[in-house]
Amino acid sequence: MSEAMQKQSEVKSQATFINIGERTNVTGSAKFKKLILEDRYDEALDVAREQVENGAQMIDVNMDEAMLDSEAAMRRFLNLIASEPDIARVPIVIDSSKWSVIEAGLQCVQGKPLVNSISLKEGEGPFLEQARKVRRYGAAVVVMAFDEQGQADTAERKLAICKRAYGLLTEQVGFPPQDIVFDANIFAVATGIAEHDDYARGFIEAIGRIKAELPHVRTSGGLSNVSFSFRGNEPVRQAMHSVFLYHAIPAGLDMAIVNAGQLPVYDDIPEDLRERVEDVILNRRADATDRLLEIAEQYKSGGTAKREIDLSWREAEVEKRLEHALVHGILDWIEEDTEAARQRADKPLEVIEGPLMAGMNVVGDLFGAGKMFLPQVVKSARVMKKAVAYLLPYIEAEKEKSGDTGGAKGKILMATVKGDVHDIGKNIVGVVLQCNNFEVIDLGVMVPCARILETARAEGVDMIGLSGLITPSLDEMRYVASELQREGFTLPLLIGGATTSKIHTAVKVAPNYEGPTVHVADASRAVGVAGRLVSKGLREDYVAEVAADYEKMRESFARKGEGRARAPFDAVRENGLAIDWAGYEPPVPAQGLDPVQLDELPLAQLIERIDWTPFFQTWELHGRYPKILDDPAVGPTARSLFADAQAMLDRLVQQGLVRPRARCAFWPAAAEGDDIRVFADEGRKETLAELHMLRQQMARDDDRANLSLADFVAPAGSGKADWIGGFCVTAGGEVERYAAERKAAGDDYEAILVQALSDRLAEAAAEWLHEQVRKRFWGYAADEALTNDELIAETYRGIRPAPGYPACPDHSEKATLFKLLGSEERLGVRLTESFAMTPASSVSGWYFAHPEARYFGVGRIGRDQVEDYAARKGWSLAEAERWLAPNIDYDPGALRRQAAE
Amino acid sequence: MTIDRDEVAGRTALLEAAAAERILLLDGAMGTMIQRLELQEADYRGERFAGYERDLKGDNDLLTLTRPDAIRGIHRAYLEAGADIVETNTFNATEVSQAEYGLGSLAAELNREGARLAREAAEAVATPERPRFVAGVLGPTSRTASLSPDVNDPGFRNTSFEALRADYGKAARALLEGGADILLVETVFDTLNARAALFAIQEVFEELGCRWPVMVSGTITDLSGRTLSGQTAEAFWISVAHVRPFSIGLNCALGPKELRSYVAELARVAETRVSAHPNAGLPNAFGGYDETPDSMARHLGAWARDGLVNILGGCCGTTPEHIAAIAAAVEGVRPRVLPEPVPALTLSGLEPFRLAS
Repeated sequence: MSEAMQKQSEVKSQATFINIGERTNVTGSAKFKKLILEDRYDEALDVAREQVENGAQMIDVNMDEAMLDSEAAMRRFLNLIASEPDIARVPIVIDSSKWSVIEAGLQCVQGKPLVNSISLKEGEGPFLEQARKVRRYGAAVVVMAFDEQGQADTAERKLAICKRAYGLLTEQVGFPPQDIVFDANIFAVATGIAEHDDYARGFIEAIGRIKAELPHVRTSGGLSNVSFSFRGNEPVRQAMHSVFLYHAIPAGLDMAIVNAGQLPVYDDIPEDLRERVEDVILNRRADATDRLLEIAEQYKSGGTAKREIDLSWREAEVEKRLEHALVHGILDWIEEDTEAARQRADKPLEVIEGPLMAGMNVVGDLFGAGKMFLPQVVKSARVMKKAVAYLLPYIEAEKEKSGDTGGAKGKILMATVKGDVHDIGKNIVGVVLQCNNFEVIDLGVMVPCARILETARAEGVDMIGLSGLITPSLDEMRYVASELQREGFTLPLLIGGATTSKIHTAVKVAPNYEGPTVHVADASRAVGVAGRLVSKGLREDYVAEVAADYEKMRESFARKGEGRARAPFDAVRENGLAIDWAGYEPPVPAQGLDPVQLDELPLAQLIERIDWTPFFQTWELHGRYPKILDDPAVGPTARSLFADAQAMLDRLVQQGLVRPRARCAFWPAAAEGDDIRVFADEGRKETLAELHMLRQQMARDDDRANLSLADFVAPAGSGKADWIGGFCVTAGGEVERYAAERKAAGDDYEAILVQALSDRLAEAAAEWLHEQVRKRFWGYAADEALTNDELIAETYRGIRPAPGYPACPDHSEKATLFKLLGSEERLGVRLTESFAMTPASSVSGWYFAHPEARYFGVGRIGRDQVEDYAARKGWSLAEAERWLAPNIDYDPGALRRQAAE
Repeated sequence: MTIDRDEVAGRTALLEAAAAERILLLDGAMGTMIQRLELQEADYRGERFAGYERDLKGDNDLLTLTRPDAIRGIHRAYLEAGADIVETNTFNATEVSQAEYGLGSLAAELNREGARLAREAAEAVATPERPRFVAGVLGPTSRTASLSPDVNDPGFRNTSFEALRADYGKAARALLEGGADILLVETVFDTLNARAALFAIQEVFEELGCRWPVMVSGTITDLSGRTLSGQTAEAFWISVAHVRPFSIGLNCALGPKELRSYVAELARVAETRVSAHPNAGLPNAFGGYDETPDSMARHLGAWARDGLVNILGGCCGTTPEHIAAIAAAVEGVRPRVLPEPVPALTLSGLEPFRLAS
């Protein structure tokens, strides 16, 4: 087989290969085990959700752990999954070595699951009994190649046991053969014991024969066993897994329990490593193990081999060269190639309309098909822009060809709404749309409604895209929608950004505007949505479909709204967290009343502390760092992006382009109801400010408290002198200006990179400062010693909730914090009218030190609490309803209409 | 109880032969017909429960014991309208559902008598050329095994697979003892309940040493195209296919207009017969149903001609007039041809998973 053909067959068979996620498996994931043992089922569900979001086609649930009541844990986790449609979508693999646990699982799933596993280990009696039960429950089954003599180790024995099991299952139990999956035991190779050398090859041979001789069955295996002897040497283990699958899949392996995030692409394995691993897996030479051992050490620390840069594409025709440069984001020859194309074209514009657009169409198609990822697309756009910039003078020179706009598909106005400064997502959407031949007019951030409408009219745009990140922006979007209606617009309105959602768009935005209103979940959807909205053939149906969908959401929302119970505010107030204040001595901040001002932060420490997972999320690459770097699908893109990020960080640091700074302070404080009174002095005579908190108002039928942040501060009557802290950190205005410069220079890729990094640096600074506060400035945890992962997992004492986020969702409280801190004068961080911080890469919040202080979400609140809060804030009810809109559990308009009648 | 296995096998063969030849007709709504009779508390009580301490009006299944004449009359009306299969008056005759009236202990008796009554009515009109059959109805119960009744505690359940299995097992056994020819697990809105029922049914078959045809009919609760517990029609089929049912289908909740696309989805994937007994439209503002016998028959007639179905009938709001009109509309139309089975590993969550060879 030629290499190209082999690759093709690999791609083809891998497309139908099923990766069974092992992250909801206590034996496969230390993190999941910890979550289950600590009863943190909500987070355990997140693990499952993430797996499904990342494309797992089924999820393996295993609770085999000595410290657990495995049956109860299986039951509970599966019941919880049943309530999560985005997880329950896929089939469950019920995985246990104990039949009782499997049966507990079988009683909790409405779908048809896969049981993993049963075997002839205890003889035919128990095997047949369990198989009949599995059949009666309506599940498919994994059968291990295991009999009374033990696990099959040779191809012969594997086949013999599977044949015997097949006969028993199909003839005596009536099991449909297509519901049988054989696990023919993957064992460790390269152990130094000669008998083991043929295990992997034997497995691969066995599955080929099983598939050939036992019609309709499927095969599976637990991959990690094969590399067991290289424990501690992840690069070699991963290479072994990848090579193993490369040969086992074409032989007939249908599925495997495998950590997909840790599979390198076969082609990316360094040549010498790959060859020696292949010798071991395929048992090609007697000294294979020794030869792999010889080189294994040098790969241990993740040593990546240099790959030859393939320049053969330079020999192709110029159109192909342009396409290659666009698809691969290569800037090096773009001007040279564009010039060559220009010389061959009649008019310079034809280069854009011809080969460049053709190349961008390839990019668009690959992106649409999930074969290219966002960072690559943004790089493609950079190449395109550079080519266009090169051609512009020539196009200008051809004045007589005026009026040609290059035939854009449509014109889109984009803006981050008034009061909001966040625009990474909007910039990304803009780039992706431009790549797909839309003309984008980007009005930037903090754009007032009137300017959006004026520009839309003056430019004759085809649609408007609104973006926002903070919750008050949701209200502004509603306002823009109602203004569009009032001004008689009919063009489509697209809604996007982190706090927006389809349900919010359907329920709150769309009813204000009769034109098409569509929520766009992420950049990858933007092209499809915009494309349909400008297509004469598709638009009408699409608009009707969205409208019908939203109508249905509104109906079900209205129904749900009635059912969801809020407890009376008076009652939940009584159900706050009852901290035993008598038994607690509030720590006095070491810093006392002096504010801490830090104009130079240790950048190296901040960089170490960066949480990279959200960085990749910004680029729509989903998966946890560092595993994402080895993801079979997005790994190469993630690695390349990561390398660019490192280089950019170096540039920012070395050229002094980023200057994070921070400020924090501590004040004597006492809780008064749901407020916290902050004093100017330790004598607690002079009040500096009152902080207003909200309280969870869900009806509880267990003994959980209805939390408010005020619960974490000793009340005035407790006799304890408690404190509260406040902080603000910013990546600084310098880096924001640098991002704007890169954008102005046409390099959207670098601009977005800088923005994303400065966001991460601000978060890292907040994390770093919090540690300094715990250890030094407040000093209640002087001897804390945590790893970066533990820091990210927030295992420390004390919290730093930010106004506008779930525990204290009112953004306007930031004004109090900023006044207390002097953030504007001391740090140059200002608040917009919607209380967004500018520069946008800033973080602020309160510090609470009590060991029981924890993060929570206030959730929805009732009118009684809103009224009480309005009184405390000195607001009218309408003002309170506006600022608290995302948390309000009722329809204020409806109540007002009712009152008016 | 002794089962005459030869008789069961003979009647099953007759049923299969009839299904191969024509589209079989189920009956229509029981509740709608009972409502028409405007029965009073005293009717529900009869002599036997005259002194019972709780109100019994509304316990329709109880009428099998207290007004057998009324139930027999409804069966007869449907049989005369052309139904091949009448459904027993046992929709709520499980222990857990009857417990709402304090009558949980009657479950077995209600099922046994319900089957006996329907069988009697069927035999009365059956001829050798035109046999009639009884489907013993197992309803959904008032509990759900995969949904929490408490929005704040999604892991909570107010029933369990084991409890449902025991309850359904008793009911199924009694239905068969009373002479049901078929077991019909219907109005499935939580597939886990149905899977418990099917588990119990298989146990009863094993215990009695004999198998009966099983019909399974789910409920798409709204236009999302999902069951209440969230499954698509195909995922639902995959979840119950292991009992190799006589038919798979949909009933209740939607009218024929809304239900068609989901019936078509089953027709595309199911390797067994497809049944449908929709409501007479969606409930109108007055709680009534708007599809007339004619309009309903037009819809269902089209399904039949398009090769979507093997068994048709009616659910809420339908009457003997509806069944007669449907019978006329499908007269002479060939039943759907079953697709060739393609062996594939199928699994399901809320959505189907299929790994074809």
